[in-house]
Amino acid sequence: MIVAKDGRLILRCLSLSYIGILVILPIFALISIVFKNNQAAIWAHITHPHAIYSLKITFFYALCIAIINCITGTATAWVLVRYDFPLKKTMNTLIDLPFAIPTVVTGIMLVTLYGPQSIIGHFFARNGFHIIYNQPGIMLALLFVTFPFVVRAVQPVIIEMEKEMEEAAEALGASPWTIFLKIILPTLSPAILTGTALSFSRALGEFGSIVIVAGNIPMKTQVASVYIYGEVESGNIPGALGISLVLLLLSFSIILLLNIIQKWKRKYEEAK
Amino acid sequence: MKKQNNPDAQTGKKSLRFMERILITGVFLWFLGLIVVPFCGILKQTFSKNWHQAFASLTSSTALHSFGITIIICIAVAIINTIFGTMLAYMLTRQTFRGQLIIESLLDLPFAVSPVVIGFMLIILFGPNGWMGRIFSFFNIKIIYALPGMIIATLFVTLPFVAKEIIPILRQFGSEQEEAAQVLGASAWQNFRKITLPTIKWGLGYGLTLTIARSIGEFGAVLVVSGNILNKTQSATLYIHDQFTDLNYIGAYSASIILIILSILVINFIQFISKQKAG
Repeated sequence: MIVAKDGRLILRCLSLSYIGILVILPIFALISIVFKNNQAAIWAHITHPHAIYSLKITFFYALCIAIINCITGTATAWVLVRYDFPLKKTMNTLIDLPFAIPTVVTGIMLVTLYGPQSIIGHFFARNGFHIIYNQPGIMLALLFVTFPFVVRAVQPVIIEMEKEMEEAAEALGASPWTIFLKIILPTLSPAILTGTALSFSRALGEFGSIVIVAGNIPMKTQVASVYIYGEVESGNIPGALGISLVLLLLSFSIILLLNIIQKWKRKYEEAK
Repeated sequence: MKKQNNPDAQTGKKSLRFMERILITGVFLWFLGLIVVPFCGILKQTFSKNWHQAFASLTSSTALHSFGITIIICIAVAIINTIFGTMLAYMLTRQTFRGQLIIESLLDLPFAVSPVVIGFMLIILFGPNGWMGRIFSFFNIKIIYALPGMIIATLFVTLPFVAKEIIPILRQFGSEQEEAAQVLGASAWQNFRKITLPTIKWGLGYGLTLTIARSIGEFGAVLVVSGNILNKTQSATLYIHDQFTDLNYIGAYSASIILIILSILVINFIQFISKQKAG
């Protein structure tokens, strides 16, 4: 018995020190450097117009993407589970493609399709509408990269959902809209929320595809992660610190929120 | 059925059918335009280029070296994160301790944090002036702007995959069988190999596949910590980025195609494994 107890202790120590060195220590290193540096200087870097602008468009597009994904992702999951149509299996497989394709390749793909040399890009450019190296490019890249989150979060819940409730409601004369609002949406909402939050946080941090599609133009297409990269590359550590901390805190609060929701849900299910 | 005689319900059903059609078509077109069309675009571009040149740029020493680096990172990360991911999942489901929610949230963090921020944090920690950097430089080991840093960055980024896949399986499976085996005198290792491992087998495979896919594709974090030194710390994605920004499109496309083929293999494998997992 003593051996088993020791084993458990060793397991816990090893796992905790792994996550400690890999995740916790870098975070503390970042925070400690913020405190070691001149905070007024860091604050000045955060409030620099370029930095503020980069944070603004990052938030704006992440929010847009989250809302779009919330709707299209749920619709996609619903269609994939409930209806039959040609190429359904292929589509179900290809949903994961954005997760599997390297973000750099995603960026190159989008530039190839919408860039000034392509047919589509040329057409839009002639009408004075530039997609690549412009903000619509950010939007396209983020939509591609975050597409699977809501679909993959909602799909299993729809599969598990019992059709009887809907059928009973229908038999009792409920309109499709009422059924959707009163039965389907409440069941799906935790999963939709999880997927939306994940795609939001991914959109906040996305780098590879955006740096290729939108470039690095201050006050125009420079999102927060690209801004940080620029500061790190030019050796301006205090400039990168503030924005990094903002992004880090935000991601951590989203994740903590999701975990609390999950724990609460688990307790609720166990109580049932 | 009385309801079917009701003309009101009939038209209602018809309009519902119509809505369904619109929904399916809408979703299909959205998916086609967003995901499939860009994908076909790059395929067309690559195959319309000169094959000979594409092959030559793929077999250049820089390209081969970058793929070599990616393979080394991939293997190291797959091994380390499979071991520690399983341990973390086991610990989080079979033991209770204070701060468990924090550890579980920290485990998710790599998914949410920007890869650039991850790279930046690692530079601060493992760089020449960092806490860990000073320890390693005492032993003359270079982490940042070298291969170890790239491996650590990829470890950070892929940390959640294995653990997050196994945790729900272990939770659902419960610990009764493991406890029974322990009472009957099985050692901890026997217990793990004969009872736990067969249960988590497919979840582990799923997590491992995602880990490999992500370590091949990781760009931001690796770019920041590697310094992108030609023929030294350049991985495949960094090579593609360099070729593309140098306007050497043939090099970028041909290497991209290799990674795209790998991604397609990966998603098919993911489908296969999730079927196994489901039953």
